[in-house]
Parts: sequence; structure tokens; C-alpha cells
Amino acid sequence: MHFPVLTTILLAPIVGSLILVFVPRDDHRTIKCVAAAATGTSLLLSLYVYFSYNTAVAGVQFVERVPWIRDLGVTWYLGVDGLSLPMLLLVNLLGFAAVFSSWNVSERPKEFFILFQILVTGVMGTFVAQDLFIFLLFYELVVIPIYILIVVWGSTKRVTKEYAGMKLTIYLLVGSAFLLVAVIAVFVKSVSITGVPDFSYEGLARVAFPEDFQRFMFALMLFGFGSLISMWPFHSWSPDGYAGAPTAVSMIHAGVLKKIGGYGLIRIAIYILPAGAKFWAPVMAVLGTVGVVYAAFAALAQKDLKYIIGYSSVSHMGYTVLGIAALNVVSLNGAIAYMFAHGIMAALFFSTVGFIYEKTHTRWIPDLGGIAHQVPKIGTAFMLAGLASLGLPGLIAFIPEFTIFLGAYKVFGGLVVLGIACVIITALYVLRAAANTLFGPRRSEYDYLVDIKGPELVPLAVLGTVLVVGGILPFLLFDVITSGVETLMAGIEHVVQVGRAY
Amino acid sequence: MGIDYSLLFPEFLAAGLGFAVLVLALLLPAEARRGLNSVTAIGLLIVLGGTAATWGHQGTLYGGLYIVDNYATLFKVIFLTAAFLVVLGNFRYVDEMGYHTEYYTLLCFATLGMMVLASAGDFITFYLGLELMTISFIVLVALRKFENRSVEAGIKYVLLAGMSSAVLLYGLSLVYAVTGTVDILEVARTVAAGDLTPALILGLVLLLAGLGFKISAVPFHMWAPDIYEGAPTPITAYLAAGSKAASFAVMARVLLAGLPGLWEHWTMLVAILAAITIVVGNLVAIPQTNIKRMLAYSSIAQAGYILVGLVTVTEAGVKAVMFYALLYVFATVGAFTVVSYFSTFTGSDEIRDMAGLSQRAPLLAAVMVALMLSMAGIPPLAGFVGKLYLFMTVVEDYLWLVFIGLIMSMVSVYYYLRVTLVMYRDEPVDPTPIPVSNPVAITLIVCLAATLLIGIYPGPVSEVTNVAARTFFWPW
Repeated sequence: MHFPVLTTILLAPIVGSLILVFVPRDDHRTIKCVAAAATGTSLLLSLYVYFSYNTAVAGVQFVERVPWIRDLGVTWYLGVDGLSLPMLLLVNLLGFAAVFSSWNVSERPKEFFILFQILVTGVMGTFVAQDLFIFLLFYELVVIPIYILIVVWGSTKRVTKEYAGMKLTIYLLVGSAFLLVAVIAVFVKSVSITGVPDFSYEGLARVAFPEDFQRFMFALMLFGFGSLISMWPFHSWSPDGYAGAPTAVSMIHAGVLKKIGGYGLIRIAIYILPAGAKFWAPVMAVLGTVGVVYAAFAALAQKDLKYIIGYSSVSHMGYTVLGIAALNVVSLNGAIAYMFAHGIMAALFFSTVGFIYEKTHTRWIPDLGGIAHQVPKIGTAFMLAGLASLGLPGLIAFIPEFTIFLGAYKVFGGLVVLGIACVIITALYVLRAAANTLFGPRRSEYDYLVDIKGPELVPLAVLGTVLVVGGILPFLLFDVITSGVETLMAGIEHVVQVGRAY
Repeated sequence: MGIDYSLLFPEFLAAGLGFAVLVLALLLPAEARRGLNSVTAIGLLIVLGGTAATWGHQGTLYGGLYIVDNYATLFKVIFLTAAFLVVLGNFRYVDEMGYHTEYYTLLCFATLGMMVLASAGDFITFYLGLELMTISFIVLVALRKFENRSVEAGIKYVLLAGMSSAVLLYGLSLVYAVTGTVDILEVARTVAAGDLTPALILGLVLLLAGLGFKISAVPFHMWAPDIYEGAPTPITAYLAAGSKAASFAVMARVLLAGLPGLWEHWTMLVAILAAITIVVGNLVAIPQTNIKRMLAYSSIAQAGYILVGLVTVTEAGVKAVMFYALLYVFATVGAFTVVSYFSTFTGSDEIRDMAGLSQRAPLLAAVMVALMLSMAGIPPLAGFVGKLYLFMTVVEDYLWLVFIGLIMSMVSVYYYLRVTLVMYRDEPVDPTPIPVSNPVAITLIVCLAATLLIGIYPGPVSEVTNVAARTFFWPW
């Protein structure tokens, strides 16, 4: 057996947390360095996995399988394929960057970083699990740390942090309750059809579930994963939650946690229940498009920077849902690549806004203005994230967005046109926010601001690099994703041919 | 055929311990009675070990009056674990309360009652075990005899336990009248062969009501919050964990082994009972401000979850009941240990007084959160796997029950998180640290470790419960 690299990636932050338990609570610098070292280890290892993944062979690689619960057919089955690999890399990029975005946390940093590292582990686990039970173990592991992080270290502005935290938690938990019902029902059904308990994705996907059953179960999963990816109309936790959350949590949450929803839809719901997916695809497409349009207009009306990004991430996830709904290789490629791209840019955005808020104590756009004069590096990060977010060619988001449109247009036609039109609205609110925050005449009341420096520059350096490199060398991303999507589609293609519906 | 007394080894040990403690306490001068703390703890550990060692040694005694199978042995291990942890975690509480003699003696006898219940093969044995347990608990609940709340709880328990016994006995006598036997397996054969009579159905309903009282299923739950709040906290813990598990043990025996012929008449009833118990328990827990009351309602809800395992008359259901009962013991005893330790220091059971506990006693706060979340069924804690096993048995026939159960368990996260919030976010009014003594720390760490271990790697426990469930239906 080869070196269990995935388990090591998973355990690094847990080990970091354990070390932190023994670090004195006042030694802030050591605490942060331990957190950085732990997430950094995971990042380096996941980079290694990413670049040594063999796309020619495709399929699940770096497999670790240990029998876990025999009577349920659960195996400790970890592995990565073209779908999960970009997500794994994304978690670790953001986890590492978020540690540095939180470099200035001075209130109980020990607890903060312990919880944060548990959160990162949980998110990573969902992407490397190839067994539905193990997936669930990690999936709900993230909810409680997030809640505590928000209510203790969050900020109260338009809504109190308690409200934001509880709203987010309840939405996610209720969504996960539906998901759990579906998982239990699917598993029990699979046992009664095949007679052999098997919780792995592949095992469940091999079972021929009756079509009615698939439709019902897919609906439950769509609700569960849909509320996680903030699909309209289950999105309303997202802007409030992000506004209340501390920077690092917003970064991880908007950046990767949401993506568990999209990933789960593809890797679990569509893979195991293709006939159900086919039935619900038009509904998903409509909900996705409504989300795009609705959230874009909502973002246009916001004056709080975090709410703008919150709504824009709902809107962007609408594109992903649209791409998933189209159910073809091109659109799914786009959807996954877009999730990666959005993760990077949303995290950079939240990191930047976090710094602005930390330094100016406001996120209210009318109170800001011209701060690029005083803090040009923050300005650079803001513009980079903003331009990526509106889909500027040359940055990471353009090609995925284009791919989604290409793949989805074949299927949904008119709906997609509506989605494309909203790119204009996106440009409008992003540019307006940038203009009113960063540019304009120099305002002397902000002369005291100190630009980001030292460790604070790490998020910009890491995420900015990925934004640009991903835009110029998109094949780095697409080769891996395509290999995963093609394998996935090969198994379900005969079921999911979605006709041109609109 | 001779009687194989070695089958009764665990009961002899438990009874012996009870008498030994009683005699020892009478010999000791009053000021030396705190020594009973560790004597009883060690004694219970020995009984626990002895019982666990009889695993696999099965048979019946006195012509079916008494059944010793792996099912019963596993439940005995569960009760003894609960008793041991309750004793170990509450030295300080008992020293403060006094009454060592009564407390430890009756605790041992209550445990003996539970053990008899788990092995009952006959309605008479069943009733005997039940009363031994209940009467011991009545005294234990009222042990703080100079405190109004404790006495009030004791009187309530006498009245309500008496009434429920009456209902139960009436039900048993009706079943006897129809079938002409008190032997549970004999009843099963008669019921399967004969016709259904209204009297039998009435007997069944009354039986369910009587047992529903013991497990505090809604609508027979009214006594639980008052008595849980008024009783000394260790007794509350033992009442919630041990007495409930014992009642489930016998309930499964009576319903699944004794009345399987009637299953189409009671499964729907049990499913509805489970559903309303889960809903009411969780919803009423939300507005509680006293931690003991909140845990009381949450334990009502937990009973509802365990009931789910009885809905289907299958091996998987019995397995799920045992699995959940085991993890429930760790969660409940651990949580109440935190509460009782906290109240010996601060004299308060109010949730708001737990503010900043994470800074005053990080271990207490962390264990409390983990155990509550296990009860809510959040992975990777044991409660999640337990609920998975329970709901897997009903998902095909009672999908609505699965929905209710899982959505309500997410609702329960709400009130558990409120306590978490108070402990972690709020600043303490009195920031002096609470030193955690060794026995308490051991109890809490055992509970936490068991909860985590069963949650992350449930394989071994699952195997053991499978074996026990198999012997329940196909005796050796």
C-alpha cells in the first residue's frame, strides 16, 4: 500500500488543533504559526496530489480503502478524481490564505484557530470521501464550528451575529435532514435490491433504482444540496450569514463550503440517481436562472460590501446550477471549473473586505471612498477579485463561465440568454462598488490607514496568483476536470440525454 | 434438568454488593462513610467486569421464568456501566448531600432490579424487577429529605409510579385472562394460535401505557421534568439513563418476543407514540431555562427515538435499540455529571449561570457540547450512527417517521446550541476557574471517548449488538 497521502492531508489540521490545545492561550504568534504550518502542510500535499494525478488514466486515484462498518458496508474509502481534485486544492488554498487573513484576530485566537482547522478538515473530508457514509461524517462536522465561529467572532451590523449564525445553521441542518432521509432511503433500497450493503458511490451507482424512486429521492437531495449551494429560493441564509461571519469563515464558506452543494449534486445525486436528475433538470435550470437574475438585482441594491459579495455569490452559484442542470460534458466541465474559480475570487473578495473593515471599521459603501490612495495593495486585491467576478477574460472565471453558457445553451436556449444578460448587471454592481469604495477624491479622514503588509499579503499573493494563472493557463484546470466529468458521464450518459426544453 | 446457577452470577454479584455496602455502612462510623464512594465504584466495576465475562453463557432458569441470553447480558452491561459512571462522577455531590448508606445501597438494588427486568421471561419476574427498581428509585428521588423540591418529586413519583403499575398490572392480567399463562414465550404461542379478542387488545394497550410511563413517552411523560428537576442530580442521571434503558429492555421482550402475533395492532401505535414523543420532547425543550428540565425534555425526545427501533419487529430494530441505548447512557450520564458537578460548585441549575463555562472549566464545557450534539445526532458523534441504525429500519414502511425524526433532531440542535452559546460566547459573571477533580475528569473523558469512538468507528459495538439481537430472536 502506498503512503496514505489523503489521510495525511486530512489529519494535518487536526494535528495542528491538537498541538494548539497545549499552546498557552496568550502566545498569539505561536498559535498563528502552528495554524499556518498545519494548513500549509495540507496545501503542499494537495498540490502534489493535484499535479501527480494521472489524467490519462482518470478515475479515482490515491485510493485508500479500509473496511469500516461491516454490517453497513461502509469502507474508509478515500480517493480523488477529476471532480474532487480541484475542490481539494481549493479548500487548501483558501484554508491557508484564510489563516493569514485572520492574522489580526486577537480575541481568543486559540479557540478560533482550533475550530477553524476542524472546519477545514470537515470540508476537505467531504471532497475526498468516496463513500456516502464517510461523506456525511465530514459534511455535518462543519456546521457546529461555523456556528460557534460566527457567534463568537462574528460582527453585528444589519443583523445580529446570533441571528446570522442561527439562520445559517438552521438552513444547513434542515437541508441536511432531507439529505439524510434520502441517503437512508437510497441505502436501504439498494440493500433490498442487491442484497449486499455497500455505501460507496460506485456501489450505489451500480444499483438500478426504479424511476419513481429516483425522482423522489433526487428531489430530497436537490433540496439538501440546493440549500447548501444557496440555490434560489433556499438562498437567504447566505448574505446574512456571510455578513455576520468573521473573515476566515466567510472565505471558507463562500469559497468552498457552498461548493459541497454543487459537488454533491454532481458526484452523488446525479451519479447515483441519473433518472431523477433528468426529471428535475428543467426545474433546476429555472431555479438556477431565477437565482442568477434575482440575486444580481438584489446585489445592485446593497450598500454593505459584504452583502454585495453575498448576493453576488448567490448569483454566481446560479450559473453553476444552470451548468449542472444541462447535464452534458461541456456544461458540467464549466460548472466545476466555475466553482473553483468562484471559490478563489470570492475568498479574495472576502479577505479584502475583511481588511477594509478591520482597518476602517465600516463596510458601508457611502462611508468609504478613495481609499485606494491610502491603501493601494488592498485596492489591487479588490480590483482583481472584482474583475474576475465580472468575468474579465484573462482571469480565471471567464473561461468556465463561457463553457457553462456553451454547454447549457444547447439544452436550455432562451433561459441561458437571460443568464448571460445578467453578466451586465454583475459588471454594473461590481464596478460601482469598486468605484465608490476605492476611487474618487482622496479623503483625509482615511489618511491614518496602513496598507496590508507582511503576513497580510499572503492571501493576495496566493489567491491573486491562482486567479491570473488559471486565466492564462486554463488547461491546468480543465484537463483534470474533463477527465473526471467524462468518466462520470460515461456511466450515466444513456439515461440523462436532456432534450431541448426551452 | 438441574438449575444452572452460574447463569445468575451477575445478579448474585450485584445483590452481594448491595448487601455488602449496607453492612459496611452500618459498621463504619458516620464520618468514615465517604469511603463508600470508592468502595461502591470499585464494586460496581467488578460486577460490570463479571457480567461482561458471562457474555455468551446462555440459558433459561426456573422453567422459563428467567432468561439469560446475550441480549439480557448486553443490557446488564449497559445498566452497570451507567451505574458505575454515575457513582464515579458524583463523589463530591454525595459527600455534600450525605446519606451515603441509603444512596449507595439503594443504587445497587435499583441496578439489580434492572438486571432482573432485562432477563424477565415471565410477567411475574417482570413485575418483580420493575418494582424493585421503582421502589428503590422512589426513596432515592426523595433523598434530600429536607428540601421541598426533592420531597415533592418523591411524592409525585410514588403516586405516578403506583398508578402506572396499576395500569400495567391490569394489562398483564387481561393478557393472562385471555392466554391463561404468564410465561412470555408461552403467551406468544397462544396468541399466534388463537383468535384476537378485544380483551387482549385492551391488555396490550394498557401494557403499552404502563411501559410508556416508565420510558416517559408522550403522553405519559408529565412526571419526568418535575421529578428530574427535583431529584438529586446523580439520581436524575441514573433515572434517565438506567431506568429508561431497563424499561426498553423489557418492552422489547414483551412486545417483540411475547406479542409478535399482534404486531399489526401495535406497530402503528408505537410509531405514532414515537413520533409525538419526538416532536413534543424536542419542542418543549426549547423554552426551558433550567438545564435539568431541558435535559429532561431532551431525554423524553431520546426515548421517542429509541421507540422507533421497536416499530419494526426485526433483528435490525432490536439491534438499533441496543446500540442507541448504549450510546444514550454515555451521553446522558456525562451531561448530568457536568450539571451536578457544576451545581455543587455554584448551587445553580440555571442555563444562564453557565455563562463563560468554557473559560472557567474548558473540560466541562467541551464535554457538555459534544454529548449534547451526540444526542442531536451530529456526526462524527455516536448519536449519528445510532439514529442511522434506528431510522434505517423504518424507512421503507414509515417514511414519514423518518422525516419527523430527522427534522426534529435538527430542531434539537437549536436548544443545544443555545446552551453552547451561553457557555462559549458569554463572559462569566464570576471568572474563578472550576477545578475538575480526577474521578469527574475520568467519568467525563470516558463518556466523551466512548461517544467519539462509537461515532467514528462503530464497527465493534455494532458487531456485539448484532450478536445480541440474533440471540433475542433465535435463542441459541
